[in-house]
Amino acid sequence: MKRFWKDGDPWIWLTGGTLAVCLIFVAGLVFLITVSGMGIFWPQEILRFTLADGKTVLGSIAQSEPMPKSAKPGSADPGRRIQVKQGNRDQDLNAGVDFVWIDESKITGRDVVPEAVLVERREWGNLFGTIKEVRVDGKPIAQGPEKGLEAILVRMPAARAQADKIESLQKRDIGAVNRSQDRIRLQLKGLALEGTASGPAVDRLQAQMKPLDEQYAQLAQKLTDLRKVKTGTVLFGIEGGKEKELDIENIVRIIEPNRMGLFSKAGCYLSRLWEFLVDDPRESNTEGGVFPAIFGTVMMVLLMSLFVTPLGILAALYLREYAKQGTFVSLVRIAVNNLAGVPSIVFGVFGMGFFIYRIGGSIDRLFFSESLPTPTFGTGGILWASLTLALMTVPVVIVATEEGLAAIPKNLREGSLALGATKWETTWRVILPALAPSILTGLILAMARAAGEVAPLMITGVVKLAPSMPLDGQFPFLHMDRKFMHLGFHIYDVGFQSPNVDAARPMVFTTTLLLLVIVVALNLTAIVLRRRLRRKFQMSAV
Amino acid sequence: MEMGMKIDLPPHSAEPRDPARTVPGGDPMVEIDHLRFYYTGKEAVKDVTLNFPKHKVSALIGPSGCGKTTLLRCLNRMNDLIDGVHHTGTIKIGGLEIYDTSLDITELRKRVGMVFQKSNPFPKSIYENVAYGPRLQGIRKRSTLDEIVERSLKGAALWEEVKDRLSDSALGMSGGQQQRLCIARAVAVEPEVLLMDEPCSALDPVATGKVEELLFSLKERYTIVIVTHNIQQAARVSDVTAFMLMGNLVEFGAARQVFTTPKDSRTEAFISGRFG
Repeated sequence: MKRFWKDGDPWIWLTGGTLAVCLIFVAGLVFLITVSGMGIFWPQEILRFTLADGKTVLGSIAQSEPMPKSAKPGSADPGRRIQVKQGNRDQDLNAGVDFVWIDESKITGRDVVPEAVLVERREWGNLFGTIKEVRVDGKPIAQGPEKGLEAILVRMPAARAQADKIESLQKRDIGAVNRSQDRIRLQLKGLALEGTASGPAVDRLQAQMKPLDEQYAQLAQKLTDLRKVKTGTVLFGIEGGKEKELDIENIVRIIEPNRMGLFSKAGCYLSRLWEFLVDDPRESNTEGGVFPAIFGTVMMVLLMSLFVTPLGILAALYLREYAKQGTFVSLVRIAVNNLAGVPSIVFGVFGMGFFIYRIGGSIDRLFFSESLPTPTFGTGGILWASLTLALMTVPVVIVATEEGLAAIPKNLREGSLALGATKWETTWRVILPALAPSILTGLILAMARAAGEVAPLMITGVVKLAPSMPLDGQFPFLHMDRKFMHLGFHIYDVGFQSPNVDAARPMVFTTTLLLLVIVVALNLTAIVLRRRLRRKFQMSAV
Repeated sequence: MEMGMKIDLPPHSAEPRDPARTVPGGDPMVEIDHLRFYYTGKEAVKDVTLNFPKHKVSALIGPSGCGKTTLLRCLNRMNDLIDGVHHTGTIKIGGLEIYDTSLDITELRKRVGMVFQKSNPFPKSIYENVAYGPRLQGIRKRSTLDEIVERSLKGAALWEEVKDRLSDSALGMSGGQQQRLCIARAVAVEPEVLLMDEPCSALDPVATGKVEELLFSLKERYTIVIVTHNIQQAARVSDVTAFMLMGNLVEFGAARQVFTTPKDSRTEAFISGRFG
């Protein structure tokens, strides 16, 4: 027995067991997120529940749980209850909520309705019902569920093209005119600030303004005309014997889940997944896609890397190569390490105070004075958010770079110096290439931390819904002053700030999963790069 | 020497030499005069006076910690990298005082090349390793660099082995090849003096033999100072041998004389393997 302890076997079991526990936690977390997040795109069966009081509910089961004891005091077995997604929140009957809880003991009938359809709408969320009639210009052209669905599907491409046309007119054509108008307006304002209210310059600008105003009026008219063109409407029958007429333009997707086979369900799943990845959000972020948030996250992380890498490398080089090692440098090193432990919100507050108000405010006063009091750089934006995160993650890069520097053998430096290189030449030509893998290690850690950070972003430039992206086709293409969306903030916003919590909950898991995937993808890229560099610059074993 | 000698050698003085400083076997290239060297108070080299002859191989032998490496590293001022060192006395190379404050230390190191105990190729290609020194001197022209790389690799008897893989990483070579690459790298800048700090201590006998052979051809162009604690090696390669013990220079003379008829009993004890 004594030998058993002395051999160290129990300690091996202890270390291995601890690792196993950690791995189980991580794997469990990822499993939970994956299962909860990936399920929401799968089309679910639509059921009609008949209740004891004669009411009916059409919808799909969202979850089931034991009835809380407090709901049925005195009963020994309160039974279970189910939550049904019934949609139709535009109906007064449903009081603006998509979900309803039903006591299982009060359900008298549960039928699969083959012709029931689920309609994803641009507005008001989902609609559950049955197709009664399809009308064009008010005249019925198809009746009943089968023919009606056919008629809708035939007309949906045209309706989508119409919607795209309206969007492009709004965003591109009218947007361009608006920007030109704004520019002239700002120039006029700038002149007015200088004290020129009239004169040739003002006249010239006003002359430029005139055709733009006309153009705008024309485009606005065109938009109104376009909006009047209707592809058709659909009359749906919904629970409670009511009817709802819906424009085909308003339909994003219409499916009959109860009649779908495995393959069409899989197709629908993929199409929804694709929509989630590449579309803009709808319905205060609870529906549609998260593309702007993906884009914002990746761009913010890349910008942050761009700022943090030189900052970290140069600081580490000075600390390790040039500074005289002593108490002061040790103190600096401790301070740098502790900086990594400062709560991120503190960095956010610093970023807001220093970058946004001080630097951004000065930039606005110097270069964008005519648009004041509307701030350009003096408000949160992707530039300030990236800089704030770069500041937050710089200790990580410094520490990793310093460790790399310490690992570079002394005789490599001596070899270079002995050839008549100066210290700077040695650092630049020999040390830095050999250091590249360590720098990338630091960068990987920095990116992992920055991509998941939310608190500092909330006060330095993240928004719930950004009207335009920080990188687009408009001159000057890169808009560092713009606010942006971020997956981490999206999770917080959708999960905890949404008016429609039940509808948003699955989105939280899906978005979390997506954020994890993006962090892993970014890190993998850096790891592959590091492995290549290692192979190229590997230190000899001898 | 198309790189050009940067320093004109001063004419040797006609006055008779101090017999202690007479160089066995040729004109002095390196002249060390009453050198004392201290690491934070500890005296590592004690009042050493000796000269190394031009275009000869001079060996510094002695047991570990006798100060031979310290003495060698004084010659290209590599010891300057260490904190808390100081020295007295003078060292002249090619007639120029190397501790002169007006001397550019990088210029000195271009004139005095060094090969280290552990091969230390840069994490670059074979070509870039050799071209490193010339590039530092501002040579950018590809054809000139190609020429220097080829000549240096040939000089280090490595050309035939690596001419087809010049762009491969230098770290993929064998230990002996790496050490000869370091020699090629050192001769690429056309130094006057080549310092070697136990260049074969990490090599197998075959690779050692190749490096030793190389020394015979290199000494036609360079003054070589080699530190070794391998007595047989010193006997094989050196023209002039200095024996050091605890920081003191015990004996200095032509290799044949030192190894066959040592004047000092301590030298005799060391080379016959009774200590060290």
